[in-house]
Amino acid sequence: MTVQKPLPHDAAPLHVTGQARYVDDVPVPGDCLHLCFGLSTCARGRITGVDLTSVSEAPGVLAVLTADDLTHANDVSPSVHDEPLLADGEVHYMGQPVFLVVAETHLAARFAAQLGRVTYEEETPILTIEQALEADSRFEGGPVVWSKGDVEEAFSGAPHRLSGRLEVGGQEHFYLEGQAALALPQEGGDMVVQSSTQHPTEIQHKVADALGLPMHAVRVETRRMGGGFGGKESQGNALAVACAVAAQKTGRPCKMRYDRDDDMIVTGKRHDFRIDWEAGYDDEGRLHAVEFTQYARCGWAQDLSLPVADRAMLHADNAYLLPAARITSHRLKTNTQSATAFRGFGGPQGMVGMERVMDAVARERGLDPVEVRRRNFYRPASEVSATAGSGAEPLKEGAVHEGGDVASRGASGPVGSHAIEARGENMTPYGMEVTDFILHEMTDRLLESSDYAGRKQRIAQWNAENPVLKRGIAYSPVKFGISFTLTHLNQAGALVHVYQDGSIHLNHGGTEMGQGLFQKVAQVAASRFGVPLEMVKITATDTGKVPNTSATAASSGSDLNGMATKAACDTIRDRIAECLAALHQTDAARVRFEDGEVKVGEERMSFARAAQIAYENRVSLSATGYYRTPDISWDRQRGQGRPFFYFAYGCAVTEVAIDTLTGENRILRADILHDCGASLNPALDIGQIEGGFVQGAGWLTTEELVWDDLGRLRTHAPSTYKIPACSDRPKVFNVDLWDGENFAETIFRSKAVGEPPLMLGISAWLALMDACAACGPNDPALDTPATAERVLAAVKRARG
Amino acid sequence: MTVSFWLNGTPVTAEAPPTRTLLDWLRETRGLRGTKEGCNEGDCGACTVMVTDAAGARALNACILFLPQLQGKAVRTVEGVAGADGSLHPVQEAMIARHGSQCGFCTPGFIVSMAVGHLHGRTDHDDVVAGNLCRCTGYAPIVRAAEDAANQPIPDWMRADAALVEDAPEAGGSAPFAPKTADELADWYLDHPEATLIAGATDVGLWVTKQFRDLGEVAFLNRCEDLTTIEERDGALRIGAAVNMSDVWQAMKGPYPSYAEMIRRYGSDQVRNAATIGGNIANGSPIGDNPPALIALGATLHLRRGDDRRDLPIEEFFLDYGKQDRQPGEFVEAVTVPLGAEPLRSYKISKRFDQDISAVCGCFNVRVEDGRVAEARIAFGGMAGVPKRAANAEAALQGADWTEATVAQAARLLAEDFTPLSDMRASAGYRLESAQGLLMRYFHEMSGRPVSVLEVAP
Repeated sequence: MTVQKPLPHDAAPLHVTGQARYVDDVPVPGDCLHLCFGLSTCARGRITGVDLTSVSEAPGVLAVLTADDLTHANDVSPSVHDEPLLADGEVHYMGQPVFLVVAETHLAARFAAQLGRVTYEEETPILTIEQALEADSRFEGGPVVWSKGDVEEAFSGAPHRLSGRLEVGGQEHFYLEGQAALALPQEGGDMVVQSSTQHPTEIQHKVADALGLPMHAVRVETRRMGGGFGGKESQGNALAVACAVAAQKTGRPCKMRYDRDDDMIVTGKRHDFRIDWEAGYDDEGRLHAVEFTQYARCGWAQDLSLPVADRAMLHADNAYLLPAARITSHRLKTNTQSATAFRGFGGPQGMVGMERVMDAVARERGLDPVEVRRRNFYRPASEVSATAGSGAEPLKEGAVHEGGDVASRGASGPVGSHAIEARGENMTPYGMEVTDFILHEMTDRLLESSDYAGRKQRIAQWNAENPVLKRGIAYSPVKFGISFTLTHLNQAGALVHVYQDGSIHLNHGGTEMGQGLFQKVAQVAASRFGVPLEMVKITATDTGKVPNTSATAASSGSDLNGMATKAACDTIRDRIAECLAALHQTDAARVRFEDGEVKVGEERMSFARAAQIAYENRVSLSATGYYRTPDISWDRQRGQGRPFFYFAYGCAVTEVAIDTLTGENRILRADILHDCGASLNPALDIGQIEGGFVQGAGWLTTEELVWDDLGRLRTHAPSTYKIPACSDRPKVFNVDLWDGENFAETIFRSKAVGEPPLMLGISAWLALMDACAACGPNDPALDTPATAERVLAAVKRARG
Repeated sequence: MTVSFWLNGTPVTAEAPPTRTLLDWLRETRGLRGTKEGCNEGDCGACTVMVTDAAGARALNACILFLPQLQGKAVRTVEGVAGADGSLHPVQEAMIARHGSQCGFCTPGFIVSMAVGHLHGRTDHDDVVAGNLCRCTGYAPIVRAAEDAANQPIPDWMRADAALVEDAPEAGGSAPFAPKTADELADWYLDHPEATLIAGATDVGLWVTKQFRDLGEVAFLNRCEDLTTIEERDGALRIGAAVNMSDVWQAMKGPYPSYAEMIRRYGSDQVRNAATIGGNIANGSPIGDNPPALIALGATLHLRRGDDRRDLPIEEFFLDYGKQDRQPGEFVEAVTVPLGAEPLRSYKISKRFDQDISAVCGCFNVRVEDGRVAEARIAFGGMAGVPKRAANAEAALQGADWTEATVAQAARLLAEDFTPLSDMRASAGYRLESAQGLLMRYFHEMSGRPVSVLEVAP
């Protein structure tokens, strides 16, 4: 079978030769125009004057547009229409697009854009969590509170209590390819858009609204992105809409790409959080009760902040069975970039809070932190009877959403959807029974393969002998819920054609951003037809081929699109089988597709021949496939239900060294064991794990976003914002896949892998805290990102 | 303006304004879109190209490389790394086989950097690709690919450019001023004191790509051969102003390994291959990494205006933030670095080890005789508006016993020497604390204790 093979990325030969095309590489007609936004230089205020004379007069400028020039929706929000394409009277952050320059070249547009003179009546911006709380500046009214058990009683019954506060920094996506879009006007006012987006349907929808057209008049195509990481789930809307609007106005193709500084100044990032925590526990470090108060800094517009904050709550337990828990979430509105999706989508922030608790409890009790974690783990799958599938999702009645953006994660959830009630003893704080927990076994194996115990001892000895440098080591687990929490997004479509020569054209709703989704899905298709992979042509995501797609997000790409593709392939396969069976007077079940051949009883023919016969017998060789994830239901108002189809697991042991004189630090070694179920492609999955770990470790160490008191982002280029470089990866980097298969019925029993490994990077931060703790008796309380500066401060705290 | 050079083995002539970048020209004029724009400031490496001249082949960032800098040279882009018949370069084969690309956008830049490293037989892969950022892979598969390719033969076409540039064409009549000697430059600059001198363009490039500054009249210094020499005489190295930082790195490996180690982390291969030591001094940045080391070494700066030359201790060149002791028409011709200062240690604090700008750079040169400090020269970058000596700390050490206690006392006095600022790289408090930590580190290192996290083996 083609699945489960470690095949290279399908586009790798194109990548290494420079032939792979990204939006800015697509040859365009000679009359193509180029766009650039003029950005707000005020974080909060009312626009009092706009003088664009110098902009219009700058060389190469054809037009300058403001909000007044937009004839239809001035809206690029993926949620509640609170995000105008161009500022409409007010500005809400420094970097907000105020006007749009249309020019002959990219450089001319950029040059002209900085010549705009906009005046503001400035108001005091709300920039920080404190300021937002003080001003009661929020989304969704008051805080959201979910709980399990009698929290007060559990706290009062706990022998020990500990509390603290953790600051968790945000993260810039730093996809290497910046945001880009190209709009090509068509006859009759139709529009074709090429966009570097994880969500072509969303682009289609926003462009249609902006042009005043039905969605059928807009076709969006995405061949690949140069990285997405969540940053292209909603943040590409502005560029695509700007291009479409300008193309409609000028009748000429329009292209826009952000210069890197603009990209970082304009677009949203990972939410930074403050997490206040309190834990009640016993002598052995077993938790009785936990309380988290999460403060998420959402920026100026709602975007996807509500589901992000929800997912932070949903992962506040990480891998631990909490007898009683209360999680309170404040979604704070500030005059900064609108924070958005970023790999993990709130999950990482939730988990960091829980891991901080585990570490603090272990340190306070003087216990081994791994042992404390194990004691608090959910019970293993082998001890819990599976209840998956116990409840079906009820059909929705009528419109349950306000506003028209149903295909985005920013959509409001259905009200009053009946959540499945779980009654088991292995229950999450949101009422979902955990039936597939495998971290006990995984942890055993990882601790052994990484020689955790031996190294921990040797590190202690080394630390005793070294006054200046210290080492630290830490283990951390990941349990990550797989499914969109907005249940209706868990659907996908595919379109498969078999041509009469046996070659196969594959299309599905997922987008390729480097994760290897196209290759995995092609492997599924090739497997279903029993043909070599070369027979399958992977094609660009296209809203004209597969409609109403969900974002390629929530790690769901291969789960959803793999299944939809399988369904499409099986339809065609069954038709061919029936045709051949009838011709050979046998049963369709006796027709097999394997080894590049079709076998009908004792007879064998090439797949191409079979396709030709089917065609000649007037059998349709084209089919759509559709999939919807079963067994999920979620009531986000109550915080109860079964939001996830299953969990993906992983664990890591990371070792670091720090310099106690400067706080400089370095990851020395990482050992990872990760669960991809029965991997569709182990090479691609290991790539996701290695890359996810380094990205997660970067988030928690060197990647620091700094805003000044005016609300200006000071780290808006790679010169000041430092993602990991080559030498920052662990020098010893052992990654293994857990050799199980998914308990849930996923595509070939594989598991999603996009987001979960990012959170393995948490072990690097914990190891740094461990090294700081080697300097003194106190809790180092290391905030993130753990820059050298914060590590030095933690060393001093540890010393007291 | 007309510039002639070779592009993937073919002679080409470009007509463009003097500040047209190679990247824009490749992508927009030539339609060669394999070379990518990631940051447009030389920090991500997605635009890396190979440039060959008489000095050999090197990797450069095309986004801050102006076309006139290429006169008579040979450029090889990712499209030219594979053979004309389509056969892949060993690094390309290995990157496919080892899963070194995911989204693929940074990949062309990596391929070029790796191919240049491969051409030079380098195995310090982390340094070869330190200037190439990848957000997907975590780099491990890329290094595996580089290791695999290291043993493969160099394809013939990768050596072809060296032969081409032996017969470099002269610049056409409309080319911008590009003197071949310091004398020529001195004469011209006297008459054009307002002109912008462009050496490596790693700084000036950003004035154009990010700030849209009009540079006015420009002169390109890269053909000025007598500014690119390093001479040893009278126990000192005289380093021409236009010597690039890759060559400074090599020159310092013998006499000053600690300084060389700092230069290893200075920019990246692509940046060091362009940036010059003279540029790093002349721009007067308080966070340039050469000045603190040169001050600690007691280096002498050689300035020239027409035929007038003057020498001054390098620390005296830096008058105030953004203000140097340089007259109109005067330029940095060379710097002389005394040899034999064995105690020199150079430490750089930045958020990331490689290719990052220093929050603090501390350089220490304390000569201890019979347990007492005979001479102390301590200089910091990032602690004031200029790179500056730590006068109080030096005075406290002078003549004192070389003990942890006296060094700690001197470290405390750094608070009187400096009032650093807070910015996105570090807070004022951390700058001072880490500067003090660096002085203590110096003491520990000279006492033989392990002090570098970079040297801790897993």
